Amino acid sequence: MAAAVIVKNLRKSYGSSIAVQDVSFEVQAGEIFGLLGPNGAGKTTTIRCLCTLTKPDEGELEVAGVSVLKDPRSARSKLGYIAQEVAPDKVLTGREMMNLQAAIYHLPKAVANQRIEFLTSILGLTEHINKKTGGYSGGLLRRLDLAAGLLHQPEVLILDEPTVGLDIESRVVVWDFLRQLKSTGTTILLTSHYLEEVDALADRVGIIDAGKVIAMGTPSELKDRLGGERITLRIREFTTSAEADSTKDLLMKLPFVQDAIINANQGNSLNLVVQASDDALSKVQAALKSAGLPVFGIAQSRPSLDDVYLAATGKTLMDAEMATAGSRNLKAEKKQSMKN
Amino acid sequence: MTISTSPKTIADWQPRADRLPPTSAVSDFIQETLGLTTRLFIQLKRRPSTLVAGIVQPLMWLVLFGALFQNIPKDLFGTDYGHFLGAGVIVFTAFVGALNAGLPVMFDREFGFLNRLLVAPLASRYSIVAASAIYIIALTLLQVVAIVGLSALLGAGLPGFSGAAIILLVVFLLVVGVTSLSLGLTFALPGHIELIAVIFVANLPLLFASTALAPLSFMPPWLQTIACLNPLSYAIEPIRYIYTNPQWQWSSIILHAPWADVSFGAALLVLVGFAVISLLIIQPLLRRRLA
Repeated sequence: MAAAVIVKNLRKSYGSSIAVQDVSFEVQAGEIFGLLGPNGAGKTTTIRCLCTLTKPDEGELEVAGVSVLKDPRSARSKLGYIAQEVAPDKVLTGREMMNLQAAIYHLPKAVANQRIEFLTSILGLTEHINKKTGGYSGGLLRRLDLAAGLLHQPEVLILDEPTVGLDIESRVVVWDFLRQLKSTGTTILLTSHYLEEVDALADRVGIIDAGKVIAMGTPSELKDRLGGERITLRIREFTTSAEADSTKDLLMKLPFVQDAIINANQGNSLNLVVQASDDALSKVQAALKSAGLPVFGIAQSRPSLDDVYLAATGKTLMDAEMATAGSRNLKAEKKQSMKN
Repeated sequence: MTISTSPKTIADWQPRADRLPPTSAVSDFIQETLGLTTRLFIQLKRRPSTLVAGIVQPLMWLVLFGALFQNIPKDLFGTDYGHFLGAGVIVFTAFVGALNAGLPVMFDREFGFLNRLLVAPLASRYSIVAASAIYIIALTLLQVVAIVGLSALLGAGLPGFSGAAIILLVVFLLVVGVTSLSLGLTFALPGHIELIAVIFVANLPLLFASTALAPLSFMPPWLQTIACLNPLSYAIEPIRYIYTNPQWQWSSIILHAPWADVSFGAALLVLVGFAVISLLIIQPLLRRRLA
């Protein structure tokens, strides 16, 4: 299979702050590729460079076999871009919006009408399409944006945080639609800081942190590479940290327990990394019982993408979110993105 | 919220299956320009306050400012001051409309709507300029009809057929030139605050330093020089001339610049030059974010 998107040694800085340090990845034709990382990791900058909105400092970019830097116009005709922030013209109706989209992609009237009708119907927009977008809900706007981005039948659809800010129901609708779209042969590249989104959708994942790709592969490859299994243990609903510490010491003595992390955000629950085996769970339970400790909840699972992120960066995605949330200057970033 | 209970499914969607025949750059440009213009007119139709204010404002200029010098001796302006002022109000109205053309585009930029246009394979980003210019020209023509109509009621008479054509030509050239400068600023400046500041600073001084409100002979030499470097004067004088001289000629002298006498034809050529240069100098700005 040929690569539908190639990003090679991409570098972009805004003034003194480096947004993308060195990002390389390829998206194979027909697959869903997820770029996962906390906010501020460089996902949006990467996407903006691919979509010709930002000029990279260095690197090669290709969309559907076309060099983005050498032939931006042709690259634009091959990609569909769904921005993170939906920017509707509130005065226009959905249909007028779509008509404008058809005009800037040079579709003949008859073809445009046929596709608008089709997309509105499969995206459940039919009863809203003649209403002004100012009255649309977030979910409706997202779907209108999807319809608009697909109108020219792009070979590659690029979505920046496709479900950020959506309610669960709308999110599932978008996921479902993207899976169906994939089945038609459209290549999909999406960014997300939601683990479950990438896990649910992506054939392959690139984990990006501080402007660099730190891991890449299929979700199960990444998890398998990490090895072992996870046991999440809560001895009480809310465990004191002293008790969590002593429990940790106790369990670390078991030969098959490789690591144990106390998660203070989850009532001092314990996350154990264990060698994959059938009886790990019962052995842990037995050890707790002989020490006279109760068990509020215990579950065994394969490693998640968050564990992959944790192993690579030493922090969980949630921690990274929290850390960047305070230090980011969104206003300055927006200004930068307008400039370049 | 559920998607589609209709019989259609995404399986009917076949990307690349019906690749469309290639279109020419010219037809692409026309199509995208029409699409963008349509959007501006829909906005105007649903938010008509711009149009109402745009028509009322120059009429108030004409009536109030025209009355300001009503008792001035008639031989000073060669005519009633209200009649003298008419050409200035027409040109200033077109100028202000075009100067503000960048504002909606700046808001599109700030809200992210412009990205929609920038990721699309536009034949040329000049279609954004063209759409704004067409919109402003149409708006200005409505305003001009109102101004010419009111001037006629106030006794200034009506320009003939060729006079109307000249007004149209002048408005066209001025709006194209000023609109492209305004859009160039929109792409160059950081945000709408800065754009508004530039508009604010440029607006009235350019009016005062032109022949809109008073003839060149009233001004000290240094101001005469500035007024004769101001493109607005080259738009005002031809319109003023056709109002007072129904028998105008291309060679009629209409402006006595400190360095030369400017004929009717030469004034229009200056406007053509102004429009062409404006269009050319904004090219790198339009291309700035990766052409």
